[in-house]
Amino acid sequence: MSDVVMQVAGLTKSFAARGGSSGSVKAVADVGFSLARGETLGLVGESGCGKSTLSRLILSLLDADQGTVEIDGVDFITAPAARKRNLRRRIQIVFQDALSSLNPRMTVGVNITEPMRLQGLGTARDRRAEARRLLALVGLRPEDEDRYPHEFSGGQCQRIAIARALVLNPEIIVFDEAVSALDVSIRAQVLKLILDLQQQFGLSYIFISHDLGVIKRICDRIAVMYLGRIVEIGSAEAVCGSPAHPYTKALLGAIPIPDPRRMRIENLGLIEGDAVGVPQEDACAFAPRCPMRFDRCLAERPLLAAASPRHDAACFLLNSGKQGNPP
Amino acid sequence: MSAAQIPSLVVENLTTRFGSDRDGATVVDGVSFVLTPGQTMALVGESGSGKSATALSLMRLIEPPGRIIAGRVLLDGRDLLTMPERGMEDVRGGQIGMVFQDPLTSLNPALTIGRQITETILAHRDITPAEAERQAIDLLVRVGVSDAARRIHDYPHHFSGGMRQRVLIASAISCAPAIIIADEPTTALDVTVQAKILRLLHDLQQEMHASMLLITHDLGVVAAMADTVMVMYAGRIVEQTDVDTLFHAPRHPYTKALLACVAGIEDDRSVPLQPISGMAPDLKDLPRGCRFAPRCPLVQDVCRTTDPALRAVSRSHSVACLLVQEETAVV
Ligand SMILES: Nc1ncnc2c1ncn2[C@@H]1O[C@H](COP(=O)(O)OP(=O)(O)O)[C@@H](O)[C@H]1O
Ligand SMILES: Nc1ncnc2c1ncn2[C@@H]1O[C@H](COP(=O)(O)OP(=O)(O)O)[C@@H](O)[C@H]1O
Ligand SMILES: [Mg+2]
Ligand SMILES: [Mg+2]
Repeated sequence: MSDVVMQVAGLTKSFAARGGSSGSVKAVADVGFSLARGETLGLVGESGCGKSTLSRLILSLLDADQGTVEIDGVDFITAPAARKRNLRRRIQIVFQDALSSLNPRMTVGVNITEPMRLQGLGTARDRRAEARRLLALVGLRPEDEDRYPHEFSGGQCQRIAIARALVLNPEIIVFDEAVSALDVSIRAQVLKLILDLQQQFGLSYIFISHDLGVIKRICDRIAVMYLGRIVEIGSAEAVCGSPAHPYTKALLGAIPIPDPRRMRIENLGLIEGDAVGVPQEDACAFAPRCPMRFDRCLAERPLLAAASPRHDAACFLLNSGKQGNPP
Repeated sequence: MSAAQIPSLVVENLTTRFGSDRDGATVVDGVSFVLTPGQTMALVGESGSGKSATALSLMRLIEPPGRIIAGRVLLDGRDLLTMPERGMEDVRGGQIGMVFQDPLTSLNPALTIGRQITETILAHRDITPAEAERQAIDLLVRVGVSDAARRIHDYPHHFSGGMRQRVLIASAISCAPAIIIADEPTTALDVTVQAKILRLLHDLQQEMHASMLLITHDLGVVAAMADTVMVMYAGRIVEQTDVDTLFHAPRHPYTKALLACVAGIEDDRSVPLQPISGMAPDLKDLPRGCRFAPRCPLVQDVCRTTDPALRAVSRSHSVACLLVQEETAVV
């Protein structure tokens, strides 16, 4: 098997239910996957399915209830503080709202090199030189180092955030909806930068988005999440080309295709309900919305199983020949 | 589009400015179009291009110091821009129903769902509150809110985003408007919910034979919903035509670049990413000549000095580009 840089297993995190009701929501439930060097793993699902919680767990920005996040064989979650600080250099994150993830009172140069300072790396002079180098690398001007974040557009702020993510020479970068707020012309610019950087530095990416279109475009493998769990995972070609889980099919069918000859409103796939509420432990979480559900789906939770080699899905209809075709 | 159709709304040279004369920006610049009953016109453009300002101008909802400085908006032969405010209040929610992006800010959090809808109805119709409530329940059923008779007593925060958008749509259609203006009605929603809301808007518009102005930044939504399309860039309409021509025979370099961008992102990995370089101009500091010239791959010297007007290149296709020739003699 290829060189694995990160191995996630059994990650679980519950929150107290919001809105006064008692009990808890499993925002992330028993999530596991591996990430190969140089690979992009896409994580897709509708809002509230646990993508951001998962990314925070992976970066140890949030304490997991259970599970491990191994980077080069060492568990990031339980590592002692010094080791953890070291591991933290290997994995970085870029958020959706770049402007608010930057410190408005610090110059762009200082923002970019803040992780160096926190890690006690380099002199002030080294850091300036590094900021200038990185600004050029992400397509901005070295002289921009003395300006402040609010002077930049959304796309430029995202470039600054990417420069900051690169400053410690990480192996893995997590992008949490990093291009979701950008206009399409700017989104394409930033995606191109992200792909170019990966080529240049052999980076491994976890690319999180609610937008399966973007995920499809840039990921090697895709994991589909539904209410805290991965319900399907496999190569981008397998997951999008021959989706095995009815939820993946529903997602794919609901994306309007920008071509009126291929898709008009009448062909847009419709499924019941929305992804809210707390799923029952002993049932398929998607069952209430699933056009294919049958008795067993309401009485037992399907586990991930092979749909084809290296392509898993959690559905009782797997390989039963009973599945509907994607709309 | 049949030539015999009587337009439901005619917009001519609509022009809106924000800010002072010296330090201001014309954010809607000479926009003209016609809405036809039973048809959906999409207004598509990137953020800040002036789409919402166009919708708000039509409804005369531009807050000072913003102001409409020119144009006419003709509904049944009356100009909405010169009508007394009282008359405008009848038009809003009466002949023109509005649906906005964020249902939570357009719904009053302190009022039950039932009250929000009955208040709209009672403002326009001379009926009893009990009758209005009956109509509100019917409307909620019609937009797909289950258990409507009970749910009219709930408050907006009890509803999911998709359900709130349904409530807003119920309110928008409560007086059977001839025109629906929907400004990014599904932008905040998940894709499976978006599909249902788009279908609902489409079905209602067809049933009522209303005109719809659908504002969106999403070319997928345009392809699914629109009969005709206007592309907006930096306050101007740069291309206007039927949906098939827009996607299969676009003429403006910006439209072409936008479609290439989307194809690069949404299609498959074999299509290279084709970003448009640079970014949209600051409306307070527009370049001379064509507003797209600084980003245009086909730019010529003349584009940097001459501002292109929107010109017909065929009977149903207009383009604002100096490099685009007429297809044949235009009627
Ligand atoms: N700090 C928190 N406290 C309580 N619930 C939370 C918290 N963070 C997230 N959640 C809940 O966890 C679930 C997953 O949220 P999130 O990870 O943000 O999803 P996504 O990023 O996929 O939209 C949601 O139900 C959300 O309301
Ligand atoms: N109330 C306002 N005051 C000043 N400028 C405004 C106001 N509302 C919008 N603008 C400006 O008008 C331009 C067009 O905005 P808008 O119509 O909201 O764009 P869109 O809906 O296409 O994203 C933008 O440059 C925006 O900053
Ligand atoms: Mg999130
Ligand atoms: Mg807008």
